[in-house]
Amino acid sequence: MAEVKMFGAWGSPFSKRVEMGLKLKGVEYEYIEEDLNNKSSLLLNYNPVHKKVPVLVHNGKPIAESLIILEYIDEAWEGPDILPKDPYERANARFWAKFIDEKCMPPMWKACWSIGEERAKAKEEASEALKFLENEINGQKFFGGDTIGLVDIAANFIGYWFRIAEEIVGLELMTQDKYPNLCKWAEEYCKCSFVKENLPPKDKLADIFKGIIQAQSAPK
Amino acid sequence: MGEELILLNFWPSMFGARVRIALKEKGLNYEEKEEDLPNKSPLLLEMNPVHKKIPVLIHNGKPICESLIIVQYIDEMWNDKAPLLPSDPCAKAQARFWADYIDQKKSKEEAEEGKKELIEIFKVLEGALEEKPYFGGEAFGYVDIALIGFYMWFHTYETCGNFSIEAECPKIIAWAKRCLERETVSKSIHDPNKVYDLAMSFRKKFGLES
Repeated sequence: MAEVKMFGAWGSPFSKRVEMGLKLKGVEYEYIEEDLNNKSSLLLNYNPVHKKVPVLVHNGKPIAESLIILEYIDEAWEGPDILPKDPYERANARFWAKFIDEKCMPPMWKACWSIGEERAKAKEEASEALKFLENEINGQKFFGGDTIGLVDIAANFIGYWFRIAEEIVGLELMTQDKYPNLCKWAEEYCKCSFVKENLPPKDKLADIFKGIIQAQSAPK
Repeated sequence: MGEELILLNFWPSMFGARVRIALKEKGLNYEEKEEDLPNKSPLLLEMNPVHKKIPVLIHNGKPICESLIIVQYIDEMWNDKAPLLPSDPCAKAQARFWADYIDQKKSKEEAEEGKKELIEIFKVLEGALEEKPYFGGEAFGYVDIALIGFYMWFHTYETCGNFSIEAECPKIIAWAKRCLERETVSKSIHDPNKVYDLAMSFRKKFGLES
């Protein structure tokens, strides 16, 4: 019987991406929660290069990096497609997933936790990046079309984590008037049953974010 | 069947080299257009409005951007010969992992410009190579394509950093020389001395020379 394990962290959007992929294919797996401040020797053995979650272990073989794991899941198991079949559309999906990771998430995250000049700069960068996504989603229910695909899974941070963080830190970035398509997508996305099953509780995430603010303003 | 393939490139780019190698491995005819990077062509800006970077592959008028994404596209479109990625999903994931590692570390190394970081990266890659002729095993493939373009720049790094990559990481050099024996590679990689001359002219131009 095939053995599937995944090492994750409850609050990590990258970790949740993998769980979404596994659930989409109906794969049964054992979930191992990692304490990111005290990583297990098992995790470090399975991902010696990056030492990060998520890691998927299938029949003893580890696979790391969330987008790579998602492609693996798509290829290893039958079920709804995570990536389209057409090579051009696949290239397009990979392009936008990479764009989210490299151009959207870093400045969005930075904008949340920085102040003054740094925040303004990060906000500007994030705004520019989100404009491209806004255009890309235009006229579609999901980035993947009628159903959720790789890009929607990759954009989980944008659809959920970021909205919560934005509210807590008082950052007005992904606003309805500037990004009507993205906001609509986020609403549809979070309504989806199995997306809902793969999101960490809002209050728990909010506590984490509030904790970051407190740590930042604590006297040194 | 008319297949129009245009590659927008800048000759010393290791990323552009990846696409050239992949196209040649598949025996594809293509037209290469050299970009003058300070003066990007309207075609490039139209085909890659998001990043405005090379390489871009234009296939029958449709653009594909980001070198590793282009290589995978080429492999999937022309899947009847010369597979670049393994067919086994796990081996494929490993190949993607190492190509991604190269890209992650390359951008970090560019930011930090550390000789030490570069050697460390090569040592990790040597570990991944083990005693195999190529990263994927017996056959030349995706990870080799991802890394070999960087070889054009070794001489530049060595001269500027005053060190020898061969002395520190002999397996990498042995692997590179093996790859260069392939015509698809030797025809895709430019003379390291020419790359060095260009790098030096950039330094002078931007006042980086003391």
